Amino acid sequence: MGVKKAITGAQAAAEAMRQINPDVVVAYPITPQTPIVEQFAEYVADGIVDTEMVPVESEHSAMSATVGAEAAGARAMSATSSQGLALMWEIVAATPGLRLPIVMSLVNRALSAPINIHCDHSDVMGVTTVGWIQIFSENAQEVYENLLLAIRVAEDPRVQLPAMVNQDGFITSHAVEPVEIFDDALVRKFVGVRSLDRALLDVEHPKSVGPLVLPDYYFEFKRAQEEAMSKVFEVYREVGTELSAITGKQYPFFETYRTDDAEAVVVVLNSAAGTAKAAVDAMRAQGKKVGMLKPILFRPFPYAEIRDALKDAPVIGVLDRSMDFGAYAPVYTEFRNALWELDKRPAMQSYIYGLGGRDIMTTEIEAVFEELLSGKVDPEHQRYIGLRG
Amino acid sequence: MSERKAWQELGLGVELPAATSLGYKTGGWRVLRPVWNASECTHCMICVGYCPDMAIPVRQTDEGVPGKGGRVFKGVVRLDSNLDYCKGCGICAHECPTKCISMIREEEAEQAACKL
Repeated sequence: MGVKKAITGAQAAAEAMRQINPDVVVAYPITPQTPIVEQFAEYVADGIVDTEMVPVESEHSAMSATVGAEAAGARAMSATSSQGLALMWEIVAATPGLRLPIVMSLVNRALSAPINIHCDHSDVMGVTTVGWIQIFSENAQEVYENLLLAIRVAEDPRVQLPAMVNQDGFITSHAVEPVEIFDDALVRKFVGVRSLDRALLDVEHPKSVGPLVLPDYYFEFKRAQEEAMSKVFEVYREVGTELSAITGKQYPFFETYRTDDAEAVVVVLNSAAGTAKAAVDAMRAQGKKVGMLKPILFRPFPYAEIRDALKDAPVIGVLDRSMDFGAYAPVYTEFRNALWELDKRPAMQSYIYGLGGRDIMTTEIEAVFEELLSGKVDPEHQRYIGLRG
Repeated sequence: MSERKAWQELGLGVELPAATSLGYKTGGWRVLRPVWNASECTHCMICVGYCPDMAIPVRQTDEGVPGKGGRVFKGVVRLDSNLDYCKGCGICAHECPTKCISMIREEEAEQAACKL
C-alpha cells in the first residue's frame, strides 16, 4: 500500500523522478511542463535526490545535454511541452538511433501558430515517427506509474530506446487529485540502477558514438532500431507484471471500458478518456450499449491486440486532439490501419476535438455515441466536436 | 567498417571502435601528389605544421640529414609525405619557403613509377 497525496499531474511526474533518482536532469522551462522541473529542483535543493541538474539556455541544449549524459552512462531525464519539443526535435530524432534510453515527460500542449498554451496533442503527434516509445496517461496516477514503467522498458537490454510519457497540459498537469505514491524502497528496488555496459566514459574500451554512417550502413542501423521497437511489447508486459506486484494494478497496452457487448465504441487518448467513461456510464444508464477504448502504448502500436479487442464492434468513433492537415487524423489513421484486416470491418468515423485546450463535455461525447448508433457515419470526412460554424 | 555486416550483426546503436581513422586511407582521394626535393629542404617544419592531415612525418636525428646547399640538418627533420593519408591539397607546396615541394598529377607520378 502506498500513501495518498493530493498533488497535480506535474507533481506526480516529479514524485516518480524523485523515486527514480536520476543521475542527471536537464530541462528548460516551458508552460505547462515547468512545474515538473520546479518541483524536482526543490528535491535537488533539499538534498532528497542525488541528481545533478544542468541549467541550459534552450530545449535544443536540454536534449543535447541529456543525450550526452546518457551516452556517458548516466540515467538522464528531461521534460518539455509543445514549442520546447519542437525546438529539441533535431536531438529527439537522433536519440533512438543512438539507442539511449532517456525517459522524458511530455506535457501535451498545442503547437503554434496561433500561439496557445493549452492542451492538445499536436506536439506529440509530430514525433511519433522518429522512434521514441510513446506512453499516454489519463490522470496523475497514471503519469506517476507510467514513468516508473517507462524507465524499465526503455533501459531493458532488448530495447535501449528512449520513452516519452504523455499527460494533458493543465487538465492533468495542473489539476490536483489524490495520487497513491508507493513505498520508496519498493519502487527504488523496482527501478534499479542503469547498467553501465556501454558507457562512453569507459577509458578501457574507447569508442566513437554517433559517427557519420553513409549509404553502406545507415539502412542496417535503422532496421536494427525497428527490431528493438518490436521487442517493446514483450518487455512492457514483463515490466508491467513486476510493477503490478507493487501497485496491484494491470499495465495493458490499452484500456477497454464496457466494450464487451458495445454497439458503438469511442477511442480517445489521455484525460478525455475519463470524460468518455462518464459519457459511457450515462448512456449505459439509458440502456444504450456503448463503450470506450483508451490507447496507452501508442508507439509501438499494438495493431493485433487492438484488432482483436474491436473485432465485434459494429461502429467506432475515433476522437483526435490534433489534426494531420490534408490527411486522416493520427489516431484515426492507426485504428483504420489496425482494423483493415478484419473480415467484417466496422463502420468508422473520425472526430476532431479539444484543439488549443477547448473543453470537451460528457454531453458532446454522448452526442457522438448517438451519431455512431444512428449509423450516420462517413469514414472519409472528419467531423468536429465543439467547433463554431 | 570495410566489411559488410547484416543488420542483425550490428552492435547496439551507432557505436564504432575508437581510432579507426588510421585504417581509413584517404590518400585515394588525391589528384595531385607532392614530390619533395630533399636536397632543397631546410627542415623548417612549416609544411609539417600546415599539413591538415598530419601526413608529413618527422623524426629525431642526431647524425643529421643533408639538405639545402649540402648543409647537414640535425634535430627534428621531415620525411617523405605519407601517401596513405595525403589528400594532395598542395598547402605544403604553397607554404614552402624554398619551393622544394612540387605538385604533379597522380597519373604522371604513376607512369613515372611504372617506367622505373
